[in-house]
Amino acid sequence: MAEAQLAVRSVSKSFRGLRAVSDVSFEVQAGHIAALIGPNGAGKTTCFNVIAGVFASDSGEIRFEGRRIDGMRPDQICLAGIGRTFQLVKPFAGLSVLDNVIVGALRHNKRVSDARRKALTVLERLGLEEKRDQPAAALTLPDRKRLEVARALATEPRLLLLDEAMAGLRPTETDQMVAVFRRLIEEQGITILLIEHVMRAVMALSDEIHVLHHGELIASGSPDEVVRNPAVLDCYLGEEAV
Amino acid sequence: MNRRAAILLGALVAALLALPAIANDYLLSVVILILFFAFSGQAWNVMMGFAGQLSLGHSLYVGAGAYAAAAIYVHYGIGPWAGIWLAILVCVLLGSVIGFLAFRFGISGVYFALLTIAFAEFTRIGFDHLDWVGGSGGFFLPVVRRDVNDLLNLRGSPVMFYYVALALAGGAFAFCAWLLRSRVGYYWQAIREDQDAAQSLGINTFRYKMFAIAISSAMTGVSGVFFAFYYNNLFPEQIFHISRSIELILGPIIGGLGTLFGPVLGAVVLTVLAESITEIMSALGLEIPGVKQVFYGLCLLVVIMFLPNGIWPTLARRLGLEREGRRDGHG
Amino acid sequence: MPPELIANVIIAGVLTGLVYGLMAVGLSVIFGVVRVVNFAHGEMMTVAMYATVMLFAAWKLDPMLAAVPVAIAFFGFGYVLQAGLVNPFITRPEHSQFMLLVAVAMIMVNALLMVFGPDALNVQVDYQLESFAIGPILFDKARAYGASAALATSALLFAFFKFSRTGKAIRACADNNLGAKVVGLDVKHLYALTFGIGAACVAVAGCMIVLLVDVTPVLGPGYTLLAFVIVIVGGLGSMPGALLGGVLIGLSEALAGLFFNPSAKSMFSFALLILVLLFRPQGLLGRRS
Repeated sequence: MAEAQLAVRSVSKSFRGLRAVSDVSFEVQAGHIAALIGPNGAGKTTCFNVIAGVFASDSGEIRFEGRRIDGMRPDQICLAGIGRTFQLVKPFAGLSVLDNVIVGALRHNKRVSDARRKALTVLERLGLEEKRDQPAAALTLPDRKRLEVARALATEPRLLLLDEAMAGLRPTETDQMVAVFRRLIEEQGITILLIEHVMRAVMALSDEIHVLHHGELIASGSPDEVVRNPAVLDCYLGEEAV
Repeated sequence: MNRRAAILLGALVAALLALPAIANDYLLSVVILILFFAFSGQAWNVMMGFAGQLSLGHSLYVGAGAYAAAAIYVHYGIGPWAGIWLAILVCVLLGSVIGFLAFRFGISGVYFALLTIAFAEFTRIGFDHLDWVGGSGGFFLPVVRRDVNDLLNLRGSPVMFYYVALALAGGAFAFCAWLLRSRVGYYWQAIREDQDAAQSLGINTFRYKMFAIAISSAMTGVSGVFFAFYYNNLFPEQIFHISRSIELILGPIIGGLGTLFGPVLGAVVLTVLAESITEIMSALGLEIPGVKQVFYGLCLLVVIMFLPNGIWPTLARRLGLEREGRRDGHG
Repeated sequence: MPPELIANVIIAGVLTGLVYGLMAVGLSVIFGVVRVVNFAHGEMMTVAMYATVMLFAAWKLDPMLAAVPVAIAFFGFGYVLQAGLVNPFITRPEHSQFMLLVAVAMIMVNALLMVFGPDALNVQVDYQLESFAIGPILFDKARAYGASAALATSALLFAFFKFSRTGKAIRACADNNLGAKVVGLDVKHLYALTFGIGAACVAVAGCMIVLLVDVTPVLGPGYTLLAFVIVIVGGLGSMPGALLGGVLIGLSEALAGLFFNPSAKSMFSFALLILVLLFRPQGLLGRRS
């Protein structure tokens, strides 16, 4: 089996005595879509934040394409090829939609004119090119989420961390996002690790699902396996409407 | 910039270039003051308006630049065109130290502002006791003659100073316009809007904030050099005082934070207001200290309450000078 | 240098420091609860000083007694200022709030300059020249009274916040703004009350300081900065911290004045501020926010 693109090994993180993430290990293969699910407070976003460099893990290691990335700053993580979105979207409110994405595109396209071209391509792919001159603050929530994704994509990541990208969206909007991600995988061969509560999207997209509960990994496997796992049903899916 | 704006700008530049032909010394001195505040305001705007770091101790750089250039002129006869480089060096060093300390130790927002104030105040009191540059008694540059224009040593007529000030202000404007539209400008605005998001896009926020401080402090230091050679006297109590720091930032805030024309407009509004008040007062035969500052304060209050983005954005919209979609980086 | 001299200087520094502390308590309360940087703090104190001078000039009212009406008046002023001007700015970005109060401070200082002119004014009461003596150690009466008033006011405040219903409500707001609203507390009113209380503190401190220094309009910014230094050194949100910070600053100023150049005494305060901001931003007694 090929070396995993992302390997999280025995990662733990505590906050003032509270173990948010406890000895979690999982892998994501290149080109796959993996989902991190679990009840609120299970440690999913903390996991993301550790991978993304916002927090340093207390123990364990994280490897991306063979290189250790634990302990790197968030901007270094981006340079390494990992992009992320935030659970509560963080648009650059005072800038236009296009300018938002240009900021992302400038990562690899040092000249503003090149970055602009790249940004327009990404906006087109996400269906936002008509709104490119609008101030980001004027966008609706679904569009803001798309902008968030567009901006991260503009940095040309090989792995994309999506934190609850579907939260707050109506079912039709969710389906639209799912379609966008599907296209991304096909066209660009990007790897996606997502945190999601909306099971509709998780089941539709994921190759693997990893389930967290109280900071621990309680199940890993294909969607069908996980959905039938008694421990998972017990703590999470039983309460959650699919 | 749309066509209308370009035409207006062209007309303005032409008018400014031709001004000395029709203006008397008093008017020139007023416009020089405007240009000085436009220049130093633009410098401060880089740090606050572009990179989002609130500095209330910018008088530190005005003073440091002024004293650096003045000291080597008075003591060693080295002219201001070399002095400028010393001033820039000193100010970049100072700014870097403050920035490094602040960012390294995670000081931001109001605490950062207080840190900058503390440094300025510390320096003010320090210079009061620095006899090599005159201490509290003041430091004086020799003024030989006002009719001979010695550009090398910046000794000369108001007209000479006018063109120097115009070059500085114009240069600063062009420089900032270029910066804002460059990669650095985008990154600064990203940092200003949301640091976490900026980092997630690969922006090393520390490096770019330091860069903003360096540019801002260097430019402010240059304004200090002009100050020294124009006014020819330096007093720590005045040049490092916190009221000078506040005076410096009134223009950009009233004019429009983060915009290119904001500091210029602010400088115009405030200086015109101040001079008008002085005129009215002397016409009424009154001599009341503090009136000007009260009006500054009221102006600031009104703008903050009702036009929080400054006068320029609203004015530009009304006059149809904005392009479709904001590209000067301001929302 | 005789030890008695040093001791007297230390005592004087500590006593003055307590009055500074009271001024800082006012700022700490405002900063800690409303989370607004009151950049007009020193200016408010200067206005209080002038009010005291006026009351003395008109009715020979001793500053210690004048403290009561002045404090009440300032409470009202603080309340109105917060409710009318500052409140709408709570949700605005930090620098907007800051600049708002900078504007207010500017207007205050220069209005004073316009009305009273730049010359120094003061009060003259008998006990300013008298001291209590305990052996060779002297306590200036004026400083002793001032310090006592500072301690008394602080104790009153402390009791208010700890035991009274309104005081607890205010602390609730400080700890958890949203939670306070959820349980039905009128946060706007409480904020205004807090500002009023802070202003009253500053007023009392001003009345006391007038016994020690002459007043000019330009004192404002210096006291604002001093208050901030004290609050940051002593610890945000901590009243004992503010008093402790005040004492430390008063002491360092007194000692610096004795051993070094008196005019350089503020340098120590600012150096201390820088060090505290860098290495212990929560101050000596503050909580890490």
